[in-house]
Amino acid sequence: MDQLALLVAATLNSGTVLAFAALGLLINERAGVVNLGAEGMMLVAAIAGFATAVHTGNDWLAFGAGAFAGAVLAAAFGVLAIWLNTNQYATGLALSLFGAGFSAFVGIRYTQEKLGEQYSFHVPGLADVAFVGPAFFRQHPMVYLAILLTIAIAWFLYRSRAGLVLRAVGESPESAHALGYPVRTIRLAAVVFGALCGVAGAYVSVVYTHLWVEGMTAGKGWIALALTTFATWRPARILLGAYLFGGVTMLQLQLQGEGVQISSQFLTMLPYLATILVLVLISRNASFIRVNMPASIGKPFFPG
Amino acid sequence: MTRLSKRSFVQLAGWGSLAALALLSGCSKEEKTTTTVAPAGTTTTTTTSTTTGAASAATAASGPLKIAFAYVGPVGDGGWTFAHDNARKAVEQEFGSRVQTSFVENVPEAADAERVFRDMVSQGNKLIFGTTFGYMEPMLKVATDVKDVKFEHATGYKQADNMRTYDSRTYEGAYMAGVIAGGMTKTNTLGVVGSIPIPEVIRNINSFTLGAQSVNPKVRTKVVWVNKWFDPPSETAAAQSLLNGGADVLMQNTDSSAVLQTAGKAGKYAFGWDSDMTAYAPNAHLASAVINWAPYYKKATKEALDGSWKGGGHTWWGVKEGAIDIVSISDKVPADLKTKVETVKAGLKDGSFAIWKGPITSNDGKEMVAAGSTPDDKFLGGINFFVKGVEGKVPGGDKK
Amino acid sequence: MLKLEVRPEPSRAMSIASPLIALAITVVIGTVLFLLLGKDPLRGLAVFFVEPVKSVYALTELAVKATPLLLIALGLALCFRSNVWNIGAEGQFIFGAIAASGVAMQATATTGGWFFVPVLVAGIAGGMAWAAIVALLRDRFHANEILVSLMLVYVAEQFLNYLVYGPWKDPAGYNFPQTITFLKATQVPKLFAGFRVNVGVVVAFVAVVAFWVVLFRTYAGFQLQVGGLAPAAARYAGFSSRKALWTALLVSGAMAGLAGGLEVAGPLGQLTPHVPAGYGFAAIIVAFVGRLHPIGIVFSAILMSMFYIGGELAQSRLGLPKSLTGVFQGLLLFTLLACDTLIVYRLRWTRSRAPAVVPANGDAPPLGPVVVSTVLPAREGT
Repeated sequence: MDQLALLVAATLNSGTVLAFAALGLLINERAGVVNLGAEGMMLVAAIAGFATAVHTGNDWLAFGAGAFAGAVLAAAFGVLAIWLNTNQYATGLALSLFGAGFSAFVGIRYTQEKLGEQYSFHVPGLADVAFVGPAFFRQHPMVYLAILLTIAIAWFLYRSRAGLVLRAVGESPESAHALGYPVRTIRLAAVVFGALCGVAGAYVSVVYTHLWVEGMTAGKGWIALALTTFATWRPARILLGAYLFGGVTMLQLQLQGEGVQISSQFLTMLPYLATILVLVLISRNASFIRVNMPASIGKPFFPG
Repeated sequence: MTRLSKRSFVQLAGWGSLAALALLSGCSKEEKTTTTVAPAGTTTTTTTSTTTGAASAATAASGPLKIAFAYVGPVGDGGWTFAHDNARKAVEQEFGSRVQTSFVENVPEAADAERVFRDMVSQGNKLIFGTTFGYMEPMLKVATDVKDVKFEHATGYKQADNMRTYDSRTYEGAYMAGVIAGGMTKTNTLGVVGSIPIPEVIRNINSFTLGAQSVNPKVRTKVVWVNKWFDPPSETAAAQSLLNGGADVLMQNTDSSAVLQTAGKAGKYAFGWDSDMTAYAPNAHLASAVINWAPYYKKATKEALDGSWKGGGHTWWGVKEGAIDIVSISDKVPADLKTKVETVKAGLKDGSFAIWKGPITSNDGKEMVAAGSTPDDKFLGGINFFVKGVEGKVPGGDKK
Repeated sequence: MLKLEVRPEPSRAMSIASPLIALAITVVIGTVLFLLLGKDPLRGLAVFFVEPVKSVYALTELAVKATPLLLIALGLALCFRSNVWNIGAEGQFIFGAIAASGVAMQATATTGGWFFVPVLVAGIAGGMAWAAIVALLRDRFHANEILVSLMLVYVAEQFLNYLVYGPWKDPAGYNFPQTITFLKATQVPKLFAGFRVNVGVVVAFVAVVAFWVVLFRTYAGFQLQVGGLAPAAARYAGFSSRKALWTALLVSGAMAGLAGGLEVAGPLGQLTPHVPAGYGFAAIIVAFVGRLHPIGIVFSAILMSMFYIGGELAQSRLGLPKSLTGVFQGLLLFTLLACDTLIVYRLRWTRSRAPAVVPANGDAPPLGPVVVSTVLPAREGT
């Protein structure tokens, strides 16, 4: 029982990274923009966050720095893809590659740095409840923030006027434009929300491991992209999907530790195979996907 | 379609002129760097070509001995490569103006490595160190072609007239760490974050367990593989899962401090590996198993300088020669345990103590080392079984 | 203020000049970077652009590096032109290498020198098989090929690890993860003694010609391109989008697999966990910078290889970090994409306070093949 609680805790921790990144991408895609540069943004934000934490010792500043770095890169992407109407996929890829190289470059002098002694978090009182305590209430505040953020984004998308406009832009930018909304500005604003990918990146380097190493996100950005699709662009499903993925990752490590006789490489494949499986299940029904996917995803918008 | 093909011709012209420009500038550009890279067959160009250019290149006879190092990771990894680079600096300090060292980091263990080694040769380096197993084939290929350059390969097993191999008995450090771990664990469960399931790592896991069992026969060791030498996020996740599984003292064969830091966050214990990692988590740190390549690098350099360097051998140094040590033992470790470690260390130093002394049984019941016998280095070099007390099977280990 | 104005017609001159301008901008930024790092910028640029072409040996190394990039990019160009986004070429590369190794290990001491042919054919088959999975899932289940092909890259990596740590491990290899070194019979014949460049270069050039012919001179190629540029028109004309999907993926998978086979039967000579070298992803840049055109891809492959090799040399000669290569590559693509807009738009300096740019209907860029052949095709829904 104890082990299960710890597994849940580890899942929450590991899934939070994906959750933040995927939520940021969700907003992008809801406005009709696909940002394949998530991986690059996360890496640059990770080094920005880490460097800030090293110099200031303040975790929250580090998150801010990560968010800022993510926003800057997202804005660069946005200007190219939205205003200059470059191909979104190619631009996103360029951002990914550039971000990987740039973060490695800047991070060279930080590879040996370490952050101050970390302390563990406990929600007073709740943390000691049997099973539920160790499972849910001993997490870094960012984990809870991710959950709150999901709720906030869901409210924003489905209950607020601004969210409605955003979704309209994503479904049919031409109609929104005809109604007088500044489509490109809205899309750019949505893209800048990619700053959340930055928060995810900073989380990896400042909370998850207190180190910087180049390429440390190891594909999490790409997985976050997959997440938005197989969560059919709904915030709650994204959170669940993030935890699912994090859970499978932790589970396969746990299985190894138990001496399970499956080759470790096959166990490592599990999360990716799981992603493909869910993708197939979700996409099977073409109309199901079409109903849920923002119709203008990936398409450039020419006003007029 | 016609439009496209017409454009393609114009494009062709555009790219062609760009390429032509590049080639032209290549021909006419004054050589700022020392040499042109020599094709594989000729060996003479490596010495004579260093005379071009204004740079103070070393010729074979006079001038400092040029030594080059190829690292698999970044110098700042705080672990494996960091240790090699420290040894390089020690060589510089010891030999001063008689040597000139340089290094290339992040050299991949793939076909590209060959190009890096050839470039080092063309730069006039006469003694080249390749610091990871994966450089074996590329180094061998270059060594066959360039007979007057000496090649030193770490952790490998193929040699040539101008290439030899060396290694450190890291398992001695693992054993001593195990002694401490066995005495400090309360749950009798130890955890190891394994990197890549090669004999060296299996041997370390086994030695760690043997050391722990020497003070506490009840310990069990769990192993989780990350299949990388250096991957802090995976190492963190692996360490976390080991802790979740009940381990309260962790050990690693990976190169970052992630495992130690994860243990620290959870209030458990762990060790530093490859270099002294005390600073990363002072409360969790029990000791660090530190590799010191300096003694060997100094020896190799000295031999290269005075002409006594001979290829073809394998040097495997341990505590006796100062190549591996356990340092910074924490004050949390009780005095009698510390004394035990010191006794082991002394025994290793004077050769009276052997870690791998029979009877040793594998964890599926077979006797691998008979009672009283001490296996040779060849046996140790090819270990692919887990000793009793380690849970699980060696990945791919049963295929022999 | 500067304003972006739609051109009446896409500028032909700019479509040539754009990659050159992009390269120039990258060079300028690179120079600034070198200065910031305290290195001599001329030497820095020389290391990246001059050193890799300075001698015969250097040129052959360039060819060795460029060949897999070229091959994969050719396949990807065909794929992207058909609006199929195969991001998982790396996985197909790995699988091709695996398949080729499997056949290579069957060689015995008496096998003739022709054996490298079945080895390469196996590589092609392996890459095609891996890509076929993506095609199947997209065809039957409408699963997005970007994500599936990407996930399969990670799966292929793990499968490779499983093989070299397990069933295919060299029994005489001290338990190290690698296969046996392949016998000479399986090695792709070298072109010149003493250099690493091999027949792969010839194969690559043949492929360039073949692709050019197919894409621009055959009906099948025409069908594929129309399917990518104007899917509705293609449907109306009866071009099978399913056929296009399978063709695109199988061809790009085959090319990636061929590159993988060449790598293991050539410079590597065995299968190791380090076979995935990122070529599959770099080839995406190569394809784009080469405008998805076979001839352009030749040059962009050479350019990218210069960046790679230059990056290595920059380390040993100048003490510059390896990550610079990635920075340059990403920058190049970025600036190329930005410059590409100058093909469709032009910059105008206006004095008056112009209202927000909402050109009248007549000025809207025609979304037909004319524009889209220079601006890459928009993606339709899954």
